[in-house]
Amino acid sequence: MLTLTCPYCGVSGEETEFHAGGEAHLKRFISGSTDAEFDEYMFLRENPKGVHFERWRHVYGCGKWFHAARDTNTLEVFGTYSAQVSEPPKEIKDKISAKRPGWSWRNFK
Amino acid sequence: MTGGFQPYDALMSLFREFAALPVAFDWAEKDSKTTRGHPRQRRGIRPDMKRYSAFAIAREALRHHTGWERAWRSPEPKKKYDAIIVGAGGHGLATAYYLGKNYGIKNVAILEKGWLGGGNTGRNTTIIRSNYLQDPSAAIYEKARSLYETMSQDLNYNVMFSPRGVMMLAQTQHEIRGYKRTAHANKLQGVATEFISPQRVKELVPIINIDGPRYPVLGALWQPRGGTARHDAVAWGYARACSAMGMDVIQQCEVTGVRTEGGKVIGVDTTKGAIDCDKLGLVVAGHSGVLAEKAGFRLPIESLALQALVSEPIKPCMNVVVMANTVHGYMSQSDKGEMVIGGGTDGFNNYTQRGSFHHIEETVRALNETFPIISRLKMLRQWGGIVDMTGDRSPLLSKTPVEGIFVNCGWGTGGFKAIPGSGWAMAELMAKGHSPLTDEFSMFRFREGRFIDESVAAGVAH
Repeated sequence: MLTLTCPYCGVSGEETEFHAGGEAHLKRFISGSTDAEFDEYMFLRENPKGVHFERWRHVYGCGKWFHAARDTNTLEVFGTYSAQVSEPPKEIKDKISAKRPGWSWRNFK
Repeated sequence: MTGGFQPYDALMSLFREFAALPVAFDWAEKDSKTTRGHPRQRRGIRPDMKRYSAFAIAREALRHHTGWERAWRSPEPKKKYDAIIVGAGGHGLATAYYLGKNYGIKNVAILEKGWLGGGNTGRNTTIIRSNYLQDPSAAIYEKARSLYETMSQDLNYNVMFSPRGVMMLAQTQHEIRGYKRTAHANKLQGVATEFISPQRVKELVPIINIDGPRYPVLGALWQPRGGTARHDAVAWGYARACSAMGMDVIQQCEVTGVRTEGGKVIGVDTTKGAIDCDKLGLVVAGHSGVLAEKAGFRLPIESLALQALVSEPIKPCMNVVVMANTVHGYMSQSDKGEMVIGGGTDGFNNYTQRGSFHHIEETVRALNETFPIISRLKMLRQWGGIVDMTGDRSPLLSKTPVEGIFVNCGWGTGGFKAIPGSGWAMAELMAKGHSPLTDEFSMFRFREGRFIDESVAAGVAH
């Protein structure tokens, strides 16, 4: 059971109040992209056992989309942050580094 | 014991004398005089493995059960094998078994990081069916179901296959249309299913409430030769048969790295040292993505926890398997009397083998409406397994970007039923380079736009 805090309305709730929206920080590859780029964007997803970044939506609350950083193995939530960024903010990365030294996810570390 | 004449003891000692004669029971195992060779050799099983039989039980009873052997050996890894299978669950063991049985490839190791059958093979609800919509799915699942019919005899191990019948309830108009379509497709595929009326459902399952109120039963897709089997026994039976062929089942041996040279696999690093191989089969379900990363490629898979639970044992009350997909719950009664209940999949990636608590409530709430008699049952145990989900909810049985590495994964929420067919097909793929059963299940099918879309037909809400 996850407990998440919405970074917009500040409400902390258990996961039934939220809805998971899959992998975070995807870059779209549609027209003009190579087959390999499109394949990766459309069908391949990060599936780490450990540090992971996701999009979530506060469906039974303020309705806002946001980002969450958590561990898929322990269910620990490192933090939630704004949807309006294309990579995790420094304080989130620092928090993860303190707990999971040497972590990496895609190109982020 | 008091003194005097003990007819039982006298009889037993007489039997013991008789059993001590090496030839005494040999006639029992020479079941055919018309074919040459020992029957166990004809089955491809090493003659020094002791067969299980009624006579073996009698023989052991007469010598206080001192003659039973371990079902499989526990060897140290060799330096090199022709093929290594990673994952000693049902699919991995079945792959190894058919590599040996069908293709004579017996210099094989099956590596398991935990204990044999301790992953999803030991965590599922043991349902076996093949009522799929798409032709490639029906082919491999029906192959599997038909192999289950004779598995106990093939393996000389009782897997308790019980073709008691599986029904998938239609509780909305949409489901009626969907299941009628599947029944038509199954007819063309040669899979025996039919769409049955609510009255027939009630006859087959007297404890069901077909009247709703929320979701009345409007009919069902019925597969009379679907059913259940003892899931642990499937893994144990395959392991014993593999070991008897001379294969090494190595537990507590985690693969920590995959070694390649010039785009070709040459071996694996493990917690028990480096082991070389010519071919490598990755058959690790939930951890497929983790292992593929070690081998240097990505898989179109995400891992999630799926749960199940069982009730306290009660008297026999339901002798078929019922799946209710709209309300999301499925239930059967085990031979021990427990009601075995399939729960929901988590909505987000995780490797916890637990699952979120609220899915239990959702599942039990749905089943309470459909089966009012279970409302006061106590639930005994709950557990989770990590399922490997693909985008089209169909498995991957495929070559990979690395020569010599093959994957068998992506069975998602429905792998147990596929074990023998999956192993049969994967063995052919590994031995011959292609198999008619796996051709459609390539890991490259997404890029090529050749989905095998079972996300609505697979039976459970994903």
